[in-house]
Amino acid sequence: MDIFIQQIINGLILGSIYALVALGYTMVYGIMGLINFAHGEVVMIGAMVALSVIKLLENSGLPVFLLLLFGLAAAALVCMAVGFTIERIAYRPLRRAPRLAPLITAIGVSIVLQNLAMLIWGRNYHAFPPILPTTSMTIFGATITSLQVAIVLIAALMMIGLMILINRTRLGRAMRATSENPSIAQLMGVNINQIISFTFVIGSALAAVAGLMVSANYSIAHYYMGFMLGLKAFTAAVLGGIGNIAGAMLGGILLGLIESLGAGYIGDLTGGFLGSHYQDIFAFFVLIGVLVFRPSGLIGEKVSERA
Amino acid sequence: MMAQLPGLGQFRRDKSAAVIASIVMGIVLAALPFLIGSGLGNSWLRIVDFAMLYIMLALGLNIVVGFAGLLDLGYIAFYAVGAYLYALLASPQFGLHYPVWLIIPAGAALAGFFGALLGAPTLRLRGDYLAIVTLGFGEIVRIFLNNLNAPINITNGPQGISGIDPLHFGGVTLAKPISFLGFTIPSLHAYYYLFLGLALFIVFVTIRLENSRIGRAWVAIREDEIAAKACGINTRNIKLLAFTMGASFGGVAGGLFAGFQGFVSPESFNLMESIMVLCMVVLGGMGNIPGVILGGVMLTILPEIFRHGAGPVQLALFGKILLDPEALRMLLFGLALIVVMLYRPAGLWPSTTRRREFKGESTTDVLKEGE
Repeated sequence: MDIFIQQIINGLILGSIYALVALGYTMVYGIMGLINFAHGEVVMIGAMVALSVIKLLENSGLPVFLLLLFGLAAAALVCMAVGFTIERIAYRPLRRAPRLAPLITAIGVSIVLQNLAMLIWGRNYHAFPPILPTTSMTIFGATITSLQVAIVLIAALMMIGLMILINRTRLGRAMRATSENPSIAQLMGVNINQIISFTFVIGSALAAVAGLMVSANYSIAHYYMGFMLGLKAFTAAVLGGIGNIAGAMLGGILLGLIESLGAGYIGDLTGGFLGSHYQDIFAFFVLIGVLVFRPSGLIGEKVSERA
Repeated sequence: MMAQLPGLGQFRRDKSAAVIASIVMGIVLAALPFLIGSGLGNSWLRIVDFAMLYIMLALGLNIVVGFAGLLDLGYIAFYAVGAYLYALLASPQFGLHYPVWLIIPAGAALAGFFGALLGAPTLRLRGDYLAIVTLGFGEIVRIFLNNLNAPINITNGPQGISGIDPLHFGGVTLAKPISFLGFTIPSLHAYYYLFLGLALFIVFVTIRLENSRIGRAWVAIREDEIAAKACGINTRNIKLLAFTMGASFGGVAGGLFAGFQGFVSPESFNLMESIMVLCMVVLGGMGNIPGVILGGVMLTILPEIFRHGAGPVQLALFGKILLDPEALRMLLFGLALIVVMLYRPAGLWPSTTRRREFKGESTTDVLKEGE
């Protein structure tokens, strides 16, 4: 039973990170109908920048809270700039091109970002500086560190903030209008180019937060970390119903739970034939299952086939 | 069309010129290994051999992506299936040593089966969704290859399988120089001729497929699936066929790779390889066979030139290696993808229909001009 609760808690932590990244995918998809393949790499850039800034200031004597805040601010700024540039260079010129074209530029961008990161930060794993408090508490026999509590809380706060932004503000209304129908929105006086750029910038800022969380949680950052994370977050977005903000959150949490429970129990279920190193395949099976049986996701609207 | 390109039209009509061109081409292709082998050394000859394998792969993927318009990001999985089947059936791993003429077709069949297996659940998906699912499929195959060493050791895990039998026919093995009528053909040259022959065969099959009923059905699905369905095309079967055919080409290439290399490991079949093959198709010119061949040759040779060149050039300029040549190579690769898509979206050597489509011209206007 302790193990079960521990896995649930691990799943929640993992899930809130997935949810933050999934939001980036789902917002862009909702507004442009396009999968931003390079989003996972933006998360990686966020993690790397945050880590570098924190390492740089590590011995400055600043309190841990400020260190993290500076790291996060730097990461968010860099990621927002990267997101903005990606949209400008790789997606905007191709808005009217066949759907294959932006997908291929997206793959190109993701290769470029990954290798740029490799040139800047090298091939090695970077360890997170040991500045974080290691106090932990016990709930129903399962341990959770204060960092992990913070991760879940911050993720929840960011999501609530995003919901308010989208549902309550003027900007959010413009975003919803653009995703409903860009050309009509334009006729109503919405500057859709600005809105699309803005969507990318918000998504990238969330990615920066997620990047810092991942690297803090696993105490490690790596130029290749964005790929798998991006893929799983995308799965989460599809699971919840791509284009749907609440769906991305739900999908993220669910996928986190599925993964951690799956990895915890796969050994027992298959009689030891498959071990926990198969953790990564759950996401793919979930993805294929959702796309085959319920392509609109759990709470997504049914989209008719585009002719 | 003819009026726009008089030179090409004349050339096509002039059959003797075409015959002469193909004879010259044949002589060049036949002499190539000797020129490269003596001029640049055996390492380059190996690269040319690999170029042949990549051409086969690219032509297989071209069926799926170029003809049928289904973006497949996990294509390398079929290459892996072919390679691992060869490795398992002709190596000390299980002590099996089946003959090549049995394994290669079996590899093609198994890869084709996997193609259908991937195709069946994904038939309803389009475009970007399909891309992600195929990517996931490719990763699943790689994860299994990586981990199927315990509790029963099948694939030998990340270490891979070594000591694979070289390609051999009867008593003749391609791993050693072959004496034939007083000539001695070195091993790499023999591989070259074998791969060239098979690549030409695959080119032939693809050209025939392109101009067949099936090929036209693929293109119809690519252009407009609903319209194709309305025209009486069984889109489900035709799409499955595209997956299966494309995959089986990949399986053949994979088997040859295993026999040529003598060693397979999951590392050779990662996502980057899938993307590499996709780039060959896309950069060369989706759906256009000469374009895809050009793409395959270019993307095998250019990175190698870069790999050999980038280090020494940096040493000469700065006195030390500032930038990791491997990362630099991939960086340029990604940039090339973006630039080509932005400025030449139909590829370097596109087919005529694709070019019009990407330019946004309608094909009917051109027909009117011709009237």
